[in-house]
Amino acid sequence: MSVASQDTAIRTGRVMRTMIYLVLLLFALFYMLPLYVMVVNSVKPLNEITGGGMMNLPQVFTLEPWAKAWSSAQIGVEPTGLSPYFWNSIKMVVPAVAISTVLGALNGYVLTKWRFRGDTILFGLMLFACFIPFQIVLIPMARMLGLMGLAGTTWGLVLVHVVYGIGFTTLYFRNYYAVFPTELIRAAQIDGAGFFQIFWRILLPSSGPIAVVSIIWQFTNIWNDFLFGASFAGADSQPMTVALNNLVQASHGVKEYNVHFAGAILAAMPTLLVYIVAGRYFVRGLMAGSVKG
Amino acid sequence: MGFLDIDNTTKSYGAVEVLHKVDISVEEGEFLVLVGPSGCGKSTLLNMIAGLEEITSGEIRIKDQVMNGVHPSKRNIAMVFQSYALYPNMTVGQNITFGLEMHGTPKPEREKAMNDVAQLLQIEQLLDRKPGALSGGQRQRVAMGRALVRDPDVFLFDEPLSNLDAKLRVDMRTEIKKLHQKLGTTIVYVTHDQIEAMTLSTRIAVMYGGYVQQLGTPQEIYDTPSNIFVATFMGSPAMNVVPAKVAIENGRPMAVISLQDGSNATLPFSQDNMAAWDDRDIMLGIRPETITDEDAADRKSSNIAHLINRVVVTEPAGSDTFVTMELGGKDVIARMRSDADVQPGAEFKFAVNMEKAVAFDPETEMRILP
Repeated sequence: MSVASQDTAIRTGRVMRTMIYLVLLLFALFYMLPLYVMVVNSVKPLNEITGGGMMNLPQVFTLEPWAKAWSSAQIGVEPTGLSPYFWNSIKMVVPAVAISTVLGALNGYVLTKWRFRGDTILFGLMLFACFIPFQIVLIPMARMLGLMGLAGTTWGLVLVHVVYGIGFTTLYFRNYYAVFPTELIRAAQIDGAGFFQIFWRILLPSSGPIAVVSIIWQFTNIWNDFLFGASFAGADSQPMTVALNNLVQASHGVKEYNVHFAGAILAAMPTLLVYIVAGRYFVRGLMAGSVKG
Repeated sequence: MGFLDIDNTTKSYGAVEVLHKVDISVEEGEFLVLVGPSGCGKSTLLNMIAGLEEITSGEIRIKDQVMNGVHPSKRNIAMVFQSYALYPNMTVGQNITFGLEMHGTPKPEREKAMNDVAQLLQIEQLLDRKPGALSGGQRQRVAMGRALVRDPDVFLFDEPLSNLDAKLRVDMRTEIKKLHQKLGTTIVYVTHDQIEAMTLSTRIAVMYGGYVQQLGTPQEIYDTPSNIFVATFMGSPAMNVVPAKVAIENGRPMAVISLQDGSNATLPFSQDNMAAWDDRDIMLGIRPETITDEDAADRKSSNIAHLINRVVVTEPAGSDTFVTMELGGKDVIARMRSDADVQPGAEFKFAVNMEKAVAFDPETEMRILP
């Protein structure tokens, strides 16, 4: 085996190889630089930053900026820190991701396995949703939320994100289910499973990889969204991104860069976590063995 | 009234009719094979019996119950798919009992049925495995188990063996035949493989272009094909069909076939009614195994004709040797025993069993009935 793989690999000399790794290392360091700056400055007292030397390691290590960013920084009227907004974001992201993913899966299921007249046109129209710029819908959406009595609420934001996300999730699941063997659906029909039983028992358990793609995509987009959060959220439903902006943009007092850095890392943490936890399911093919293999 | 009646059934997609007035009646315990090339409508017909495709017109009845519009799960049928269609997320045991579960059978009964079927198919040791961990033959067994466990009125098989390798296919074929003999169930089986059709069936429906070309026992289909399509589709190598002219010699109808060198070969018909075709063109159908060397000619035949012709190619295949010659401008294959003394390029005396020969009308391509 090893002989064969060496033969097929591109042969490079030891020097060449060292060079390649060196260059790669350099690039890696360069791209990690912003993260480095953020991390080191978030654990320094403020005077070390204002005194220059942003690239230096901290002389005095302190977690106080983190604590302050999380629980006592002045953001709204009260010095609450980012924590209530973090929970606002969670309360918005979790239902929005779950609902848009399940609806996308259902749409994909119907569009591929319960074909009807005009289904491709309908799918095309849904795809269209992926290309509508956020700014265009702001005013009509505000009006709709007002009419529905959801203006300024977390559920209003959930609705906005579900509506915006459904085009993408439908696209993912439709394309995934398009190659899902229809014979499995037929077998389940003959076995007596109904529309939803087939969906829950046969289709969803085999949708792991694409569900992960959909969740990662939706989670990052919704968590990182600023525009909808800034436009539609009320004072007590503002998401993390809006709060972070308010923290950094605050025009009174001293600019506490260390707190800002800590807050920014806090805001980025959940998406990072989702990638680390779910990323490895990306590559897993769960379909092995259902049909001839 | 049969057990399964397909009564004047048609299928259209929009304005295109893909199945034209199919009329088949299957008795209980019969093994009906639908055979034909791809696109002939055989799978569509099977799916209509299963309820996976709607019936455009006509009726399908199982046990005298009209099945039009009845949901697949309520027809008391079971189907084995070409790809097996095992649920990848369930174990073999769950796969087998899923249908029972959906029909609300209580758990102890499901377990018992599962164990019975597993024993019958010898897959007991596989029950806790996922389909992904099984070989092709094992998956095939599980798929059959899933069908058997329901104890259905009719089994539907959609090209179940075409995903297996050649050797396993022959083994599973025997297995299916054994199972049918043991259980005596009614089976409708779709295949494009004419050997599968011949070996498994009690009756065959040969389909082409949305029509049932011929419905009959394997022997009927093989010996008296109703038209040139059936004649050439069934049998391997295919039946030789050569242009010929009918002439009367000594009061007996003869088939006159032109040879390569410009001369004619005359082969006497066994059927007297061919006299009515005097001086007209026909297509003569001769099965490869009815052309032999002189010594191997069928001794029971009352009508062995001889003809001397040049051998074009010989293909030894171990058990037989296939000998190609030219008749009426067409390649004609003879199936001889392996030790027949034939040399390519040489003249050879062929013996043709004309008792088994069939004649077709070149206009309609239908067999000229005796």
